Amino acid sequence: MVDYALDRENAEPERYELREPPAHIFAVNRREFFGIAGAGLVIAAAAQQAAGQGSARSGALEARLHIGEDGTITVLSGKVEEGQGALTELTMAAAEELRVPLSQVRTLLCDTDRTPSDGITAGSRTTPGTVPGVRRAAAAARTLLLTTAARQFQVEATRLEVRDGAVTHGGRRYTYADLARSPELAAAYKNPPQGGALTPVKEWRILGKPQPRVDARDIVTGAHRYPSDIVRPGMLYGCVLRPPSYGATLESVDLEAARKMPGVIAVRDGSFAGCAAPTSFAARKAVEAIAAGAKWKVAPHPSSDGLFEHLKKHASRDARPRGERGNVEQALAAAARRLKASFQVAYVQHAPMEPRAAVAEWHDGRLTVWTGTSNPFSVRQQLAEAFHIGTDRIRVIVPHFGGGFGGKHTGEAAVEAARLAREAGRPVKVCWTRAEEFMWAYFRPAALIEIEAGLDARNSLSAWEFANYNSGTAALGTPYRVANVRETFIPSDSPLRQGSYRCLAATANNFAREAFMDELAEAAGKDPLEFRLAHLDNERIKNVLTAAAERFGWAERRKKRRPGVGIGLACGTEKNSVVAAFCEVEVDRESGTPRLLEIVEAFECGAILNPVNLRSQVEGCIMMGLGPALREEILFRGGRLTNGRFRAYRVPRFRDLPKTEVILLDRKDLEPAGAGETPIIAVAPAIANAVFDATGTRVRSMPIRLPRR
Amino acid sequence: MATIKFTVNGTARSVETEPERPLLEVLREDLGLTGTKYGCGEGQCGACTVLLDGRPTLSCITPAREVQGRKVTTIEGLAANGKLHPVQQAFVEESAMQCGYCTPGMVLRTVSLLERNPNPTDGEIIEGLNGHLCRCNGYHRIVAAVRRAAVLAGKQS
Ligand code: FES
Ligand code: FES
Repeated sequence: MVDYALDRENAEPERYELREPPAHIFAVNRREFFGIAGAGLVIAAAAQQAAGQGSARSGALEARLHIGEDGTITVLSGKVEEGQGALTELTMAAAEELRVPLSQVRTLLCDTDRTPSDGITAGSRTTPGTVPGVRRAAAAARTLLLTTAARQFQVEATRLEVRDGAVTHGGRRYTYADLARSPELAAAYKNPPQGGALTPVKEWRILGKPQPRVDARDIVTGAHRYPSDIVRPGMLYGCVLRPPSYGATLESVDLEAARKMPGVIAVRDGSFAGCAAPTSFAARKAVEAIAAGAKWKVAPHPSSDGLFEHLKKHASRDARPRGERGNVEQALAAAARRLKASFQVAYVQHAPMEPRAAVAEWHDGRLTVWTGTSNPFSVRQQLAEAFHIGTDRIRVIVPHFGGGFGGKHTGEAAVEAARLAREAGRPVKVCWTRAEEFMWAYFRPAALIEIEAGLDARNSLSAWEFANYNSGTAALGTPYRVANVRETFIPSDSPLRQGSYRCLAATANNFAREAFMDELAEAAGKDPLEFRLAHLDNERIKNVLTAAAERFGWAERRKKRRPGVGIGLACGTEKNSVVAAFCEVEVDRESGTPRLLEIVEAFECGAILNPVNLRSQVEGCIMMGLGPALREEILFRGGRLTNGRFRAYRVPRFRDLPKTEVILLDRKDLEPAGAGETPIIAVAPAIANAVFDATGTRVRSMPIRLPRR
Repeated sequence: MATIKFTVNGTARSVETEPERPLLEVLREDLGLTGTKYGCGEGQCGACTVLLDGRPTLSCITPAREVQGRKVTTIEGLAANGKLHPVQQAFVEESAMQCGYCTPGMVLRTVSLLERNPNPTDGEIIEGLNGHLCRCNGYHRIVAAVRRAAVLAGKQS
């Protein structure tokens, strides 16, 4: 069922976290090792029973969809819900194709024992990959119900109507519940038809309509249990001993001080040491007690001050261009004008509101883990490696969790909780503190980007050389027409642990490219909008640019000047969607930090599935993008972060809210694409360009800061 | 260890605890009220907000000893007899959440904001909620929810 393999081999290079070696490989526990042999069959049978209660299921449909004897439809998907809206979207997809109200569908997301693997939840792939899968399964089920009913009515299936969870013919009616109980359906289920026709966009009754989060009530009442809220009988709270600095290794630790405390267990296993106790307060005290005497071997670590020199100095020598056409050297030599600039993008942290959390429980050599990760099947694998057991003995359950943004593709808390739980012989919960999340989660890669371009005598782009150091390949390629191009990604030695972040390197690449396009437009003596349009063939980008320009009033506002205030624009494409942003900023020379006053962003991602959620995603991207554009920047020295707290690392707040307008272009003729990422990539460059408009200064780094006066 | 007696969502409770433990952990770990969230532990995000004698309070930086004899309302205590509080209702209707992890704190802050100021301007909403972080939804929907809550609450009283 994996429609899109985002595994170690196929993922973009900047998904560094997917290729990390395991953080811990624990010592083999011999007693458990023998204890679990032979238990597999029982578990497999039990699992099948649990999932198959009272229903017609088997064959190819079973992994995806399940119709209970009461007519309740259960959709199963290995995708996870982290706030991006997968739960509601998949529920809508099934309800649409099965012609039932939304309330009749229950969607069960990732539980490795019960749901199919849909791969990692990343790359905006749920919409183009999993939604069609669910729709096809639901359409196949509809066909099946229809043919079963036809046989019972003894009429042609084409003469039947399916609506509101029932098949009708004349006055007679079979509900899905009736059909689900019929032995004929159970028989037919074994050989499901290959698909059924998908409902065309113009006949959609549920998809395409605004739909709030289906479990909103549980959220506003506090009833929903996030991974950090899971409680198991007899559970202890865990706390892990962290190294004092990056690269430090544990030489010795005395656990006695902790073990003397009531109810505390303490363990050291290789590089891992931690405690579990009846409360998290007691667990922290226990870890403080062992930390006092722990001996570490520390390693030298560079500082964020010399970061970009470091990245350049340690750049790979054998990087090959990812995109190359024409002859860049010749074109540059022949250019009427040449421009060159380099751009810097700082490390940033995802800082989801819920830090990493997991509960682990061992039972007869079998491990169950509840955790917040977008990559559950790979976390299961990680656990299998760490504990030397088969993945068939591990169940990973992912309750809807509190935000990820690409930052939760790994299973640190799960591994830690499982190790402590094995020691304690009881379930253990590990919730990372905010400080741990800042320091020990992975970061969005820092980027150094060098661009050189040439304009010909008619002021058209003739040469384009683009090099990204360290951050990655997403949106590396220019969407602008230029005959001679070389685009290269050059890996380097990252001082910090780095990995995926919402839209990957597309933000850095688009920032540099779009800021530089403004410089080229200026050199060419052209309006930045006209200069872009003149070099674009992609109609979809042109459409969003034009739509946003009109709403913003670009042409009129270019003529009016206000001191200290400037306007700018940027556009881009990634993950099969397109975006354009126009903005106005005010520059406060005292603080050096610009303020975003207004932004108009147009976005198009094909046919819209859920307009409320889409708008919320775009608004969320704008606000999240504002952080690294203006303030967010991870600073480190001596192997420690110097600003790993919300007090020092300022993420956007209510007060930063600009006047915002979001324009959603609905292209019903195009397949829906994912929308949770691309809207972020136009924010920072539009601001940088507006800052230039206001001040005449080109700021070629993120965060965008002016020298203080 | 100390015995702390206080009222939680209208019910008298008594816990044995280290008096310095954060109220947040007492609620979540001792009383099973996990609707109150941890976001930072440094008073910067508002996820842990509860009402202490009706005033919004950051439970992550409030030691347990401080609630002796006082009244605490958590998100679990807001809906009466299964009927959502108007603020909760407004958050649902405005889709003012993505992951929803920040929502309980935002809802409780809004309850208290509207008690003091039943018809806040957008500027007052922004000032009132500025201590709360949401990483997902871009704040607009939350501002809209507070506006709607003011209307719903007005209708009810
Ligand atoms: S958890 Fe209390 S303010 Fe963040
Ligand atoms: S909805 Fe996720 S933090 Fe607010």
